[in-house]
Amino acid sequence: MTEKIVNNFSLTIATVNGSGSQTANVTLLRALFKMGIPVSGKNLFPSNIQGLPTWYTIRLSRDGFTARRDEAEVVVTLNPASFARDLASVPPGGAFFYADDIKPPIDRKDIAAYPMPVKALARTADVSPSLREYIANMVYVGVVAHVLGIEMEAVKQALSFHFKGKESPVNSNFGVVQAAADWAKQNLTKSDPYFVEPMDKTSGLIMADGNTAAAIGSVYGGVQFAAWYPITPASSLVETLNVYLPQLRKTKDGKATYAVLQAEDELAAIGMTVGAGWGGLRAMTSTSGPGLSLMAEYAGLAYYSETPIVVWDVQRIGPSTGLPTRTAQGDLTETYFLSHGDKQHVLLLPGSVQECFEFGWKAFDLAERLQTPIFVLSDLDLGMNQWMTQPFEYPDTDMDRGKILWEADLEKSNGVWARYKDVDGDGIPWRTVPGNAHPASAWLGRGTGHDENARYSEDSKTWEANMARLKKKYETARTLIPAPVIETARGAKIGIIAYGSTAPAVDEARVLLEQANGPKTAYLRMRALPCTKDVHEFVKKYERIYIVEANRDGQMKQILSMAMPDQAPKFRSACHSDGLPLTAAWVRDAILEQEK
Amino acid sequence: MTTPAPTQTNKAGLTRNDYKGLPSTLCAGCGHNSIASQIIAACYELDIVPEKLMKFSGIGCSSKSPTYFLNRSFGFNSLHGRMSSIATGALFADPSLRAIGVSGDGDTASIGMGGFKHMVRRNVPMAYIVENNGVYGLTKGQFSATAEVGLNLKHQGTNQYMPVDICMEALASKATFVARSFAGDPKQVKELIKAALSHDGIAVLDIISPCITFNNQENAVHSYTWGKDHEAPLHEISFVPALDEIELPGDFPEGDVREVTMHDGSTVVLKKLEKDYDPTDRGKAFQMLEESERNNLLVTGLIYIDTSRPTLLDTFDLVDTPLNRLTEPDLRPARETMDKINALMF
Ligand SMILES: Cc1ncc(C[n+]2csc(CCOP(=O)(O)OP(=O)(O)O)c2C)c(N)n1
Ligand code: SF4
Ligand SMILES: [Mg+2]
Repeated sequence: MTEKIVNNFSLTIATVNGSGSQTANVTLLRALFKMGIPVSGKNLFPSNIQGLPTWYTIRLSRDGFTARRDEAEVVVTLNPASFARDLASVPPGGAFFYADDIKPPIDRKDIAAYPMPVKALARTADVSPSLREYIANMVYVGVVAHVLGIEMEAVKQALSFHFKGKESPVNSNFGVVQAAADWAKQNLTKSDPYFVEPMDKTSGLIMADGNTAAAIGSVYGGVQFAAWYPITPASSLVETLNVYLPQLRKTKDGKATYAVLQAEDELAAIGMTVGAGWGGLRAMTSTSGPGLSLMAEYAGLAYYSETPIVVWDVQRIGPSTGLPTRTAQGDLTETYFLSHGDKQHVLLLPGSVQECFEFGWKAFDLAERLQTPIFVLSDLDLGMNQWMTQPFEYPDTDMDRGKILWEADLEKSNGVWARYKDVDGDGIPWRTVPGNAHPASAWLGRGTGHDENARYSEDSKTWEANMARLKKKYETARTLIPAPVIETARGAKIGIIAYGSTAPAVDEARVLLEQANGPKTAYLRMRALPCTKDVHEFVKKYERIYIVEANRDGQMKQILSMAMPDQAPKFRSACHSDGLPLTAAWVRDAILEQEK
Repeated sequence: MTTPAPTQTNKAGLTRNDYKGLPSTLCAGCGHNSIASQIIAACYELDIVPEKLMKFSGIGCSSKSPTYFLNRSFGFNSLHGRMSSIATGALFADPSLRAIGVSGDGDTASIGMGGFKHMVRRNVPMAYIVENNGVYGLTKGQFSATAEVGLNLKHQGTNQYMPVDICMEALASKATFVARSFAGDPKQVKELIKAALSHDGIAVLDIISPCITFNNQENAVHSYTWGKDHEAPLHEISFVPALDEIELPGDFPEGDVREVTMHDGSTVVLKKLEKDYDPTDRGKAFQMLEESERNNLLVTGLIYIDTSRPTLLDTFDLVDTPLNRLTEPDLRPARETMDKINALMF
């Protein structure tokens, strides 16, 4: 056996979609996390309910890297359909665990192969026959845990969390894990170098997915209305709202301060959201690419009528239906320019689960302050995978309800006000909302040309003046949106710009570049659009700027090139999109290749 | 006494002027104008405080009309076919507000059909008026989905497709109030609008509203002439506000009058004409609509009503304070909860 490799490898588990393996996979992930080892988990699943192959990869990284890796040194397979491919994927020296009822020859001498009596052990489980197939997955948990050295106590804690402390399922599942571990102890001899040992690198952290964080963040942002239409990978966002709103947002007498409504399509989901936002509610919808396209017309109306709404786009790869269960950052330009006519939108770009939470509440403040739709672009990788994260932090600023006039305000002004007048010089007008009983409060919202008093107008000058004010408002937006995160490096001549879920790959790639004696890099992670002053200044400082993104066309590069055409010759794309999260190695190579 | 006659006011202390809108820019004689006038009259007579009513529309000549009534009401002239969703969302802002929507046959029965039917099945509390002229007025005279087979229109040829019957669609989607009227019968329009505004649920009011510019040929079923010649009211309808005495004119034989008590205590009185008609029987309503189509009649009146179903808002157990008056202490969970939530994560 070669030298021990501890807490620094990846583990891929191949199963059949719909077979219940997700519980087992997440149990392994959580057990490792409980042992203090930095982990990340990526679910590579088909767009299918049952029957197609699915893979789950857990990366252990004692240095704390969480980006996806291409290779997995340890492979587990329960799926005859992917057996050959799984076997071939194991690198020399790696470990291969397989269900022993799959009987093709294992013709590789350069790896450690471990059979697992999955069916036989599942039969001994203390559960009804209908649950047997599900619980069979616990066999690999037990065998792998024993061979790698995952603590049984950590596995138990993970199961207990999964089954919300319910003794019966915890015991029956753990029973199988234990039996499988015992079997492995008696029947397998470890011959691979991969080991798990406890560390202390996860204390104080939690695990969550981005959609959960976004939902809880929205709850703390005071969401009052959410309309949605089911779509992968966004569905779990509102489904999670439905879990936490009843816990956190009912009055003492059990009344709701919110409403969540499943619409008939995305046209209606955003329409309802616009109605609620116009009515003075903190209103949101969430969707993915196909739904976003349907929302285009209402997005323009919200922009032009200056209605605050929040739209979450949990991106999947497109165009069209694309690969509904694969990730990408392909909706950036669409969202930035969503709808016809002159307009640019404010986009928030969370780069971590923690930021999904933070932007969950902040988006409402920005929407109401700016009276405009705020789009938050997450993606499948961020939204649906489990990530280690700092605990969610209670909002550090009071709610900003923006410029809103109620009866008392109108009494003071003797009813004098104008819906679309720039009284403060920031391009943001004042608004009233329905229910305001002052006789001068009402106005008619419309997508048609209007004057300062919201009255229909076809006058050219009025049109242009209003559009100029909207542009000024967009300038104000630049001063309010989350600033980028910048890491400078002494002597660096090149800069990297990235955003969203590629952050872990870029963080690691910068280390890999250093290890490869590559160029020193400064790094700017954008957290919003439009570009703020910091982005312009950063770009000016460096000779070349690599813009890293998970799409084919280099969409952020397109936007930045438009924003600063004089700097555009510096921009180089490091973009790539195959449905999988970018790897650090790919980012490194993409930069080195162009630096040659 | 010599004091000058005071301007007449209603029980809300408001004059008719308080219910007006801006001058109409629709064609003179357009059916939509007469409906706007009846909306103004109905709201005045119902003593509605304009600030307590919201108005909505989609896009079309018909959908322009919220500008022409109730200047003092909040409203939204939204997108083509999308009135249903914006109104649905807005109603959550303050459930104490009533709502009236004005749409067209294109707006509702073509581009907005899906949203319309879903709004109906959710029983969103709104008076939903379709100003039905069988044509697209605003885009200059194309066929709408309610145009009859064989209708000839300039530049458009002859319509080959079966018309959509908005009342049938509403019934099929389990509407709790379905009525049909004719812009040429303003009195009935007004009484039905009052009933619709007093209904706690979706009230679909399909009003044949002739487009005098593009579809008012004598033989067209959405024309004034055809409507006048073929209107067959189901009953004589009058609306009696809550607390008012129900006065029946003359000596009416018992059994010839039906009374429907509305949610707010008002009463819709239906006086029998030739035949008795029971507007609480959905099956009969379908049958009646079938027959009237077969017999080439424009049957008007209250076609169906069910006052028992909960509205969309009833299905949400909302706080009593309007949601849009809640503030940070109501909306942001207390700081202590954050640790508990974090503890729920792994
Ligand atoms: C998405 C979209 N498509 C097309 C139009 C053009 N358009 C405006 S009004 C209208 C038809 C209106 O017909 P109807 O609802 O019957 O109203 P009317 O003018 O007859 O009262 C159309 C097609 C539009 N405004 N929006
Ligand atoms: S075109 Fe027809 S529907 Fe439009 S305003 Fe004129 S008469 Fe009315
Ligand atoms: Mg029409």
